[in-house]
Amino acid sequence: MPLLEVKNMSHDFGGLRAVSDYNLVIEPGQVRGLIGPNGAGKTTVFNLLTGVYRPTEGEILLEGKNIVGLQPYQIASMGLGRTFQELRLWRHMTVLEHVKMARYSKLGYGLIGAFLGTPKRHRKEADNESKAYALLEMLGILQLADQVVTNLPYGAQRRVEMARALAMEPKILFLDEPTAGMNPEELIQMMKIIREIKDRFGLAIFLIEHRLRMVMELCEVIQTLVFGKVIAEGNPEQIQKNPKVIDAYLGTETVE
Amino acid sequence: MAENNGGGSVWVRTGQILTAFFSPIPLLGWLSGAVFAIFLEHIIGNSLAVLLGLPKIPVLFGFVIALKEPTLIPGAIAYVSLIFVIPICIIGRLSSPVTNLVAEKLLKLPLFFSVVFHVGILYGVLHFWSDISPYRVLTLKLTLIAVMMTLSLNVINGYMGEFSCSHPGFMALGAYAASVFSLVFFTKDRIFGEPLLSPVLGPFMFPLALIFGGMVAALGAMVIAIPSFRTRGDYLAIISLAFMFIVKSMIENLEVVGGPRGLSSQPNWANLPTVFIWTVLCIWIINNFVRSTLGKALNAVRDDEMAADAMTVNTRRTKMVAFLFAAFWAGVSGGLFAHVLRYVNPSTFGLQKLAEVLAMVYFGGLNSVYGSIVGAVSLSILGEMLRPLEIYKWIFIPLLLILVMIYRPTGLIAFKEFDVRSIVHPRKRDKE
Repeated sequence: MPLLEVKNMSHDFGGLRAVSDYNLVIEPGQVRGLIGPNGAGKTTVFNLLTGVYRPTEGEILLEGKNIVGLQPYQIASMGLGRTFQELRLWRHMTVLEHVKMARYSKLGYGLIGAFLGTPKRHRKEADNESKAYALLEMLGILQLADQVVTNLPYGAQRRVEMARALAMEPKILFLDEPTAGMNPEELIQMMKIIREIKDRFGLAIFLIEHRLRMVMELCEVIQTLVFGKVIAEGNPEQIQKNPKVIDAYLGTETVE
Repeated sequence: MAENNGGGSVWVRTGQILTAFFSPIPLLGWLSGAVFAIFLEHIIGNSLAVLLGLPKIPVLFGFVIALKEPTLIPGAIAYVSLIFVIPICIIGRLSSPVTNLVAEKLLKLPLFFSVVFHVGILYGVLHFWSDISPYRVLTLKLTLIAVMMTLSLNVINGYMGEFSCSHPGFMALGAYAASVFSLVFFTKDRIFGEPLLSPVLGPFMFPLALIFGGMVAALGAMVIAIPSFRTRGDYLAIISLAFMFIVKSMIENLEVVGGPRGLSSQPNWANLPTVFIWTVLCIWIINNFVRSTLGKALNAVRDDEMAADAMTVNTRRTKMVAFLFAAFWAGVSGGLFAHVLRYVNPSTFGLQKLAEVLAMVYFGGLNSVYGSIVGAVSLSILGEMLRPLEIYKWIFIPLLLILVMIYRPTGLIAFKEFDVRSIVHPRKRDKE
């Protein structure tokens, strides 16, 4: 059974068909890429799959269960983690609090525990905290644990987002342009981190990226989305050679 | 320029000396100083006041007489320095080796003992301080109630980042519900007749009355929360403001509870220990909540709701729970308020009350338990001080608020964690 399966998903914004007849199969442990020019609907696809929007038509099956119509937090706690293109960090919270917060659905204590500070709560919070520290160490931001995120450099903020998404213990991780705005050095580190995550946790990864080099190196299967339609799907070589992709994505202008 | 620098360095040096002098004093040291000061006041307070030409002991550190009889200000300042400031500093500093040791020993036991010990002494200090005059007792009780109100509103306006205007409404619901509860069950009253249960049970059932008041307030909060938490934005501010007026006019038109004349003769159960215990309980529970990951979810929802949602946080439930929780405490504080004054009328819970509690929250600091305590206490004292100005005090308090908003937009002590362990922790002299 595939981990995530999308069947004939379409979505309209008013009269505009933003995504039409989208199909996707992700197997456990697979790394998939989604590329396309600006405004092609890549982030919309992410938002549809994570429950931010409800698709107009179609089915989304996560481990065989239909998740259309569920709230984003429900889908997230079923094992679908994500990062955002435009860093959505909580500006008054520390790095450690970010990572702990993502374990909200795994806290293991209720309101009574929160109000009264029961021993159970302290045990669970300590447990939660040690797991958070382990993740911070893995991503190389342990020394920043008590910093408020707004004080951090951009590359570190990206890592915080990654740590936060991993703290949910997802089965599949959606990365929306994880290297946007990064310099070449940070880019190489981010690629290393993504590989490490994949090896360590055996996660499936679904990646939106603008930098072809990164997609070509990391992904096993790549889809190309143009105006809400998938125009090509295949492994990196096939995509690079596909004339439609070259036409739509890389541009038609010939270099003299 | 040079002079300026020189002046600056003098200030800096004075600051350093003061810091060096005060930094080794733990909370326990300050409390011992306060205990000493209170006994000093009991023993020589009256004679010192006469000596300094004051008609009687200045009840609120001289704040109250400052505007009534300005000629007495120097005497009041001298009195407060001689009885409170100087003894507290000196005793605090002198006792610091002992108090540090005691605090350290106490921390070896579970934190609970340390906290109970400190809170116990604090209560003793407040009790004997307020013993001097009934005015002190009343002011103290109302201040403690204001702390509860401010803290619970801070949960919504600060921690959750929504703007709610309904706190006076919740307080009114709590006040009337708790009053009706104690009048119907435990008191002979001209509206509700003979008590249903033996009045002897009354004081023991008072917590139930307060909890009932809180529950009714929380029920009212549900009416607001269901429609307004579907989306974000200004809906809550508008709906909650409307709610406040609805509650007020509903009570005004409810003849059973006295209508606009108000409801009186509540039993005298809200003595100082009761109010104090409820306030401590409120601070403890709210602080527990906002420091847990469940409570921090409020901050996540405030700072970025979409991200919170994507990180498995049930945002709607989080907001509902916090709103109802805050309303509950507003209701409890309302119940206490009614039993302290032993009279409530609906016009108490209007715009003026709202302005007061909002001022306390924003003056003290958003997202901060410290801030709420500081805001509630300082504005309560300021309110007493400005009382001679009557309605004109509402020129000064908003002015102060505007200044705070300009220079510290989030309030005096915003975004600071109230960590009980570090508060009761012994202070070490930094020799290294």
